[in-house]
Amino acid sequence: MAAVKETIEDVRNLEADKYKYGFTTDIEQDLAPKGLNEETVRLISGKKDEPDWMLKWRLEALERFMALKEPEWAKVDYPKIDYQDIHYYAEPKAGAKYDSIDDVPEEILADFAKLGIPLKEQEVLLGVKGSENRVAVDAVFDSVSVVTTFKAELAKAGVIFCSISEALRDHPDLVRKYLGSVVPASDNYFATLNTAVFSDGSFVYVPPGVRCPMELSTYFRMNAEGTGQFERTLIIADKGAYVSYLEGCTAPMRDENQLHAAVVELVALDDAEIKYSTVQNWWPGDENGKGGVYNFVTKRGDCRGKNSKISWTQVETGSAITWKYPSCILRGENSRGEFYSIAVTNGRQQADTGTKMIHLGKGTTSRVISKGISAGRSDQTYRGLVSVHGKAEGARNFTQCDSLLIGDQCGAHTVPYVECKTPKAVLEHEATTTKLSEDQLFYARQRGLDEEAATALLVNGFVREVLQELPMEFAVEAQQLLKVSLEGSVG
Amino acid sequence: MLKINNLHNKVETQDGEEKAILKGLSLEVPAGEVHAIMGPNGSGKSTLSYVLTGRDGYEVTDGEMAFLGEELGELAPEERAALGLYLSFQYPVEIPGVPTITFLKEALNAQRATRGEEEVSAPEFMKLIREKAKQLNVSMDMLKRPVNVGFSGGEKKRMEILQALVLEPKFLILDETDSGLDIDALKIVSDGVNALRSPERGMLVITHYQRLLDHITPDVVHVMADGRIVKSGGPELAHELEAEGYDKFIGEAA
Repeated sequence: MAAVKETIEDVRNLEADKYKYGFTTDIEQDLAPKGLNEETVRLISGKKDEPDWMLKWRLEALERFMALKEPEWAKVDYPKIDYQDIHYYAEPKAGAKYDSIDDVPEEILADFAKLGIPLKEQEVLLGVKGSENRVAVDAVFDSVSVVTTFKAELAKAGVIFCSISEALRDHPDLVRKYLGSVVPASDNYFATLNTAVFSDGSFVYVPPGVRCPMELSTYFRMNAEGTGQFERTLIIADKGAYVSYLEGCTAPMRDENQLHAAVVELVALDDAEIKYSTVQNWWPGDENGKGGVYNFVTKRGDCRGKNSKISWTQVETGSAITWKYPSCILRGENSRGEFYSIAVTNGRQQADTGTKMIHLGKGTTSRVISKGISAGRSDQTYRGLVSVHGKAEGARNFTQCDSLLIGDQCGAHTVPYVECKTPKAVLEHEATTTKLSEDQLFYARQRGLDEEAATALLVNGFVREVLQELPMEFAVEAQQLLKVSLEGSVG
Repeated sequence: MLKINNLHNKVETQDGEEKAILKGLSLEVPAGEVHAIMGPNGSGKSTLSYVLTGRDGYEVTDGEMAFLGEELGELAPEERAALGLYLSFQYPVEIPGVPTITFLKEALNAQRATRGEEEVSAPEFMKLIREKAKQLNVSMDMLKRPVNVGFSGGEKKRMEILQALVLEPKFLILDETDSGLDIDALKIVSDGVNALRSPERGMLVITHYQRLLDHITPDVVHVMADGRIVKSGGPELAHELEAEGYDKFIGEAA
């Protein structure tokens, strides 16, 4: 049980950052000077003691980024970002920590409870509670990974789970082999930016034939004012390996906009499976659209080996602007990609999200289930690409995207792109748009549920197919989150 | 128990005009009694059920309605439900993705919370619903299906009564509960309703036909026409209506 004890201690240390400094207070931090330039990149790389090839890669990306123009095709509208007005690196000053949960201010505890993360559950999420529901956590606070739990126990199974900074130090060959192999530095505007300035993130390697003995997760917290968070996650499931990975995100309420430009790369070799789940709850801004996180994220999985499988499940309730298309490259024969998504927008939130399923190999299959819920004065677009290349004989795709409108001031749009270059493929697409019905609301209220509970129940029904895909630990949290996100959306 | 005095309401028609439906309706149902309201289509029977339960767009413009001494007009639908007012819908609503059993548990605990009572735990609830479902010949399999989705007309009505058995309201409004039921289903549903009859509970049975009242014998029968009660009497009044039609009474009202 040494591992458990170690974890409890790790988590205790972590609590200091997470709960004490979390929601409204400022934490003492070391910040890099504002601005995007060579010194910033060198500073980040230097802080992490990176090998020369990394620094070179970053500097090339920086040069490329400076020549790029910000893309404008997404159906989102936001003021121009001043990339020179951002701190690209922030780390909490060591020592500014609380020892016990009892010292955490009452309002913060209440905030967590409101989020559906009562601290006891949070402990489970963080792996404190015994053996039954364990989840190993890598906690990233602004630019640094603060702690990774269960490392020793995972190592026994041969699983490497650490921050990407540590991975660069301890497993440079693995990182070098795979980093940028799914999302190259030149991929897109925000991926290029990320390559230049990424600070931390998680690294997972599951060796051949190993089924990862527990859920892995990363908890991202953006705290410092005027900073961006640029994390990089790389997950490799070697032949016949399996891993389930969860990602959670929160940010404090701030009047300014914070930029979050992450890159996630997944690689599944022959017969391997990766299940990647996200509960994204970045601060969405207030009801008038002030503040909130710009979530411009590139997530892509490469089913590199035959019979491999990558599955994305996401519950997106936060961020002022979301620009995100978790995708699968189905390269290996008979490989499979899945995308299950619940996206909720309320207030003035804007989301342009969806997936890309690129069928390259024979007999590849994919399944897309997207549930979009728009409320308030928000606007949401599902943008999806299904592309079947000439050699992908026998490929199959099923896409279903449903939109639910709450109130009459929100918008929902569906933009499916379908390309098929072989006659031997089967593609199916279904789309519906419905309005939350007054009949249903009254029926539920007549049975005793108040308007908000009734709405939450109806919405949960609407998204049920996707909720069932989430690991147990997150399903409950996700349900609570949906309820909180939709507060004040009716009436 | 339920006291309605000189009730008026207006609804907005599809053309955006206001139309008076209830025009001075008065009615009193004491605890322990079952009252039937019969009347032709368009007399305002369903409107009355919505006004009593507080549906949006069915606000009272004049008159009073009190339940257990509380003026209903000021309460939200869920508060009226927690007080014990239950409506068995003429057209039960489908709720995709929400299992019936989940819906009922949420509803029961929401009502209990409003009344300041403790939550019913999952095992207690399972025990309760098993027992009630058996009474109405409803399978557990059916309870796991989403609320009313894909159910036949008869199954939906059976579910409405099952919900009442679980929620144990103090007062039931049955709106055309017999519509869409075959003889066997009518028997099952009526048995369910009769099982709920008690000295503490009142019922208002809204129906177009006599046939439901052969199974659920009312203490009082009211005839409704043009937004008012135009005649009240014993169970024999229902038979009289069935034999002679509504015209006679509507004539009296006009």
